[in-house]
Amino acid sequence: MQEHIVIIGNGISGVTTARHIRKASDKKITIISAETDHFFSRTALMYIYMGHMKYEHTKPYEDYFWKKNRIDLKRAFVDTVDHENKQLLLSGGEKMSYDKLVLAVGSKPNKFGWPGQDLDGVQGLYSKQDLDMLEANAPDKETCKRAVVVGGGLIGIEMVEMLLTRDIPVTFLVRENSFWNGVLPQGESEMINRHIKSHHVDLRLGFNLDSILADDNGKVRAVTIKETGEEIACNVVGLTAGVSPNVAFLKDSGIELGRGIKVNPMLETNIKDIYAIGDCAEQHEGINGRRPIEAVWYTGRMMGETLAQTLTGNPTAYNPGHWFNSAKFMDIEYQTYGWVFSKPKEGNTHFHWMHKDDNKCITIEMQEGTRKFVGINNFGIRLRHELFDRWLTEGRTTDYVLEHLKDANFDPEFYSHYEKDILDAYNAAYGTSLSPKKKSWKRIFA
Amino acid sequence: MKIIKNLGLVIFITGLAIWTASIFMGDFTLQQEQLDSFISEKGIKSELVAQKISDNVVGKKLGTFAFTGAVRDALAQNNDYYDAQIAKYDAAKEWDKKGEQYQYRINDKDFQAFSFSLAKKAGTGFIVENKGLMWFLTFGLGILGALMFIFPNLVLLGKPGIKNDHVYHEAATNRGWIAWLVLVYLVLFYLVLYFNADYVVNWTFILDPISNALNGGDASQWFVYGFLYCVIMVTMAVRMYIKYRHNKYQIVRTTSVLFFQIVFAFLIPEIMASLGKPGYDFKNAFPLDYDFFFEWNLDTLTQSGGLGIFILVWGVVLTLVIVPVMVYFFGKRWYCSWVCGCGGLAETLGDPYRQHSNKSMKAWKLERWLIHSVLVFSLVMTLVTLYCYFTGAEAFLGINSQWIKDTYSFLIGAWFAGVIGTGFYPIFGNRVWCRFGCPLAAYLGFVQRFKSRFRITTNGGQCISCGNCSTYCEQGIDVRAYAQKGENIVRSSCVGCGVCSAVCPRGVLKLENGPEAGRINPTQVLLGNDVDLMDYVNNKEAS
Repeated sequence: MQEHIVIIGNGISGVTTARHIRKASDKKITIISAETDHFFSRTALMYIYMGHMKYEHTKPYEDYFWKKNRIDLKRAFVDTVDHENKQLLLSGGEKMSYDKLVLAVGSKPNKFGWPGQDLDGVQGLYSKQDLDMLEANAPDKETCKRAVVVGGGLIGIEMVEMLLTRDIPVTFLVRENSFWNGVLPQGESEMINRHIKSHHVDLRLGFNLDSILADDNGKVRAVTIKETGEEIACNVVGLTAGVSPNVAFLKDSGIELGRGIKVNPMLETNIKDIYAIGDCAEQHEGINGRRPIEAVWYTGRMMGETLAQTLTGNPTAYNPGHWFNSAKFMDIEYQTYGWVFSKPKEGNTHFHWMHKDDNKCITIEMQEGTRKFVGINNFGIRLRHELFDRWLTEGRTTDYVLEHLKDANFDPEFYSHYEKDILDAYNAAYGTSLSPKKKSWKRIFA
Repeated sequence: MKIIKNLGLVIFITGLAIWTASIFMGDFTLQQEQLDSFISEKGIKSELVAQKISDNVVGKKLGTFAFTGAVRDALAQNNDYYDAQIAKYDAAKEWDKKGEQYQYRINDKDFQAFSFSLAKKAGTGFIVENKGLMWFLTFGLGILGALMFIFPNLVLLGKPGIKNDHVYHEAATNRGWIAWLVLVYLVLFYLVLYFNADYVVNWTFILDPISNALNGGDASQWFVYGFLYCVIMVTMAVRMYIKYRHNKYQIVRTTSVLFFQIVFAFLIPEIMASLGKPGYDFKNAFPLDYDFFFEWNLDTLTQSGGLGIFILVWGVVLTLVIVPVMVYFFGKRWYCSWVCGCGGLAETLGDPYRQHSNKSMKAWKLERWLIHSVLVFSLVMTLVTLYCYFTGAEAFLGINSQWIKDTYSFLIGAWFAGVIGTGFYPIFGNRVWCRFGCPLAAYLGFVQRFKSRFRITTNGGQCISCGNCSTYCEQGIDVRAYAQKGENIVRSSCVGCGVCSAVCPRGVLKLENGPEAGRINPTQVLLGNDVDLMDYVNNKEAS
């Protein structure tokens, strides 16, 4: 009898685990999901609402893929995990036993106990169900005369962008006094503020949600703002104040929980043969300067790749490399490599360059004195991941990075280049006299 | 802005309606002298044809379809008569007499050309008398309306950036009723153009003045097609310029296809014709230019002096040297999405439909079978043709030269490239021909896949599998399948339009030409994970 590995959750983490187990072994694999029949890309939900894609397009694998690779898909909701009998209890009373269990159950949108947070018309944007709900709540500007989006993060700005495509006026309520400034340095955060406003969004910086008010039918009719008491009439409230691990169903399971499911670097929980990966996993201590919980697409994928190794006889610790990430703020793309903090870490300093069109900028964090490169945020300019990864490993200086910036440019051909502008600004700031080196394939492929 | 847009739509549809209605307008009255001169010009031997047309057509004022119908009837009656004669002499075993009868038959394929030529002489009435006005009411209104529809996008689409909002909400771009209506119109257009040009002789009157100015002769249906092609490309290129105004690659590329269509495909051949030279499209490479080695073309070229010989040599060098060398350095995009006329129409008129290409594995398999079959078909046809040309034989390898040329022209040249290739844009995407049928694309594809510096680079581990790239790939490549694994995309069918890179929200894809080493980089674990694990898995996969 082949060992039976059961994976709860068919998101990127669970599916990656299943794929890599299959590559390396013949074990029986079952993926359980209550959300959808097939794996789809959560990151693309916004594009369905905006009409760029259909749900079908968000599925990275054709439906025949699962059968062909002998990955059983089970559409069910797991009520409880009984680790003593190595058994799952599914909604409806069905039971499923496992030899190894992988928890890849993802997140759910945060709700901070706001009055009215469970009203009809109040929702997050995380699952396929959330998307369907938004389509029902805000199909057009007649049904939804105004929407209020609460929370100044990545999902919040996506939801704003989505609603704008249906010509729905949006009030964007951001607790911080500048967009995402817990992560972004001031210059970048302020550029995004201006960009949001230029899309005719009613951006309210430094305001908190107080309560959500219902009409006679229990539907949302308005929100009130804590600081001013102002009441804003609306038909939809988007709650996008971050996400947290979806672990409520594990409360009495005996599996150690913090905010998420506690795991060690081997991605093992405190219970033998139960593992947790992706958004729901919480490291006892962050690895390589990362946070204990990383709700990012690629970390879910990497944990899946790692755990599959362990489960197929090659015990491997999760050991992510240099931090990187990306996002898109309406029309402005953003990438980051290494660490750039909103305020430079002790002993570090920032170099900031901004293009006069107000759509492009970079910030480099580096060590004071040595100018050793720590990380870069780039907006409106695409940069090559592999090179920055290498430069970080090699411990290059910012001087070196900027001299070779042409190697790292990843914009489409014929785009204007800004290496010289950036270096001019850098030279002026640090008294250097660097000039950009010509792009070299030799160095790129070194 | 919305008002201007809607008004533009009304004006455009009015122009299109007049254009369509113009087929039915005007009268055709054939004079006896016109008929006589035509009969002698063409050297038609059958007196019966002349008699029938004289009786049934000459002097009568007929509408378009009555006229072309009467001419075609006369031709059919003539052929019926001589077929009967042939059968009669055949039965009587009078072989010489039987043989004589064939010269009086009119080739069935020539009916439309015969009818077209007479109609062109016989046309009278409003269109013929008001060519300039008709041009304004058709082309003029069409262009004006389309531009009024397109220009407000500058404001309506918002700030520069990828704007595919509502592509899957609208009937025109989501295979709704508008898309099907457009499909029917386009298919009918091609059927008429290729097989019943005499029905649309009125269209040629509208363009006579322009044709006269360019090449000194009246417009044929092919002049109408060429002119319309350019007009549509220019107008829809304006749409591209606005939609992709943030993306210089798209702007430069669109300008390039426009230039090659207008100058190389349209103006140069027309000007050459006006100088009494063979009109030749210098960028149209064999085997896309499938009749380059047909007898009539070889004869024309060899009899056209130095220029003809130059064209002959150029055509061979273009296919054997220039095309593959350029593909080596730049990928097949230099041809397919920068130069080619088919590609040019696909990238302008077809852009709103690019998302409809089928991304399934089945479609990919079908693609490889079909496109390579067409390549083999075109090569066999050319081999047979050349063998017969030099030896004077009628067949080679048991294949009749005329038959295979006719079959290819009909099935591939007319149906696949035209009726299906363009007609099916709104439902099956804008590159049906380029992906499934074009023999030149198949040839370029081999070079691109096996010996080229071109690739679409995947940016490390940044892909979030959203699927925009795959959705908007006009060639049906599942770009995401590569990108999410951190692999570069090296596919023979990629025409390098650059839209996957444009629509990517995370800056993951870049079209570039670089060293061949490392171009194809299968990886199992992406960048971002610790290096030992990557080495472990990749080495394991490799062993």
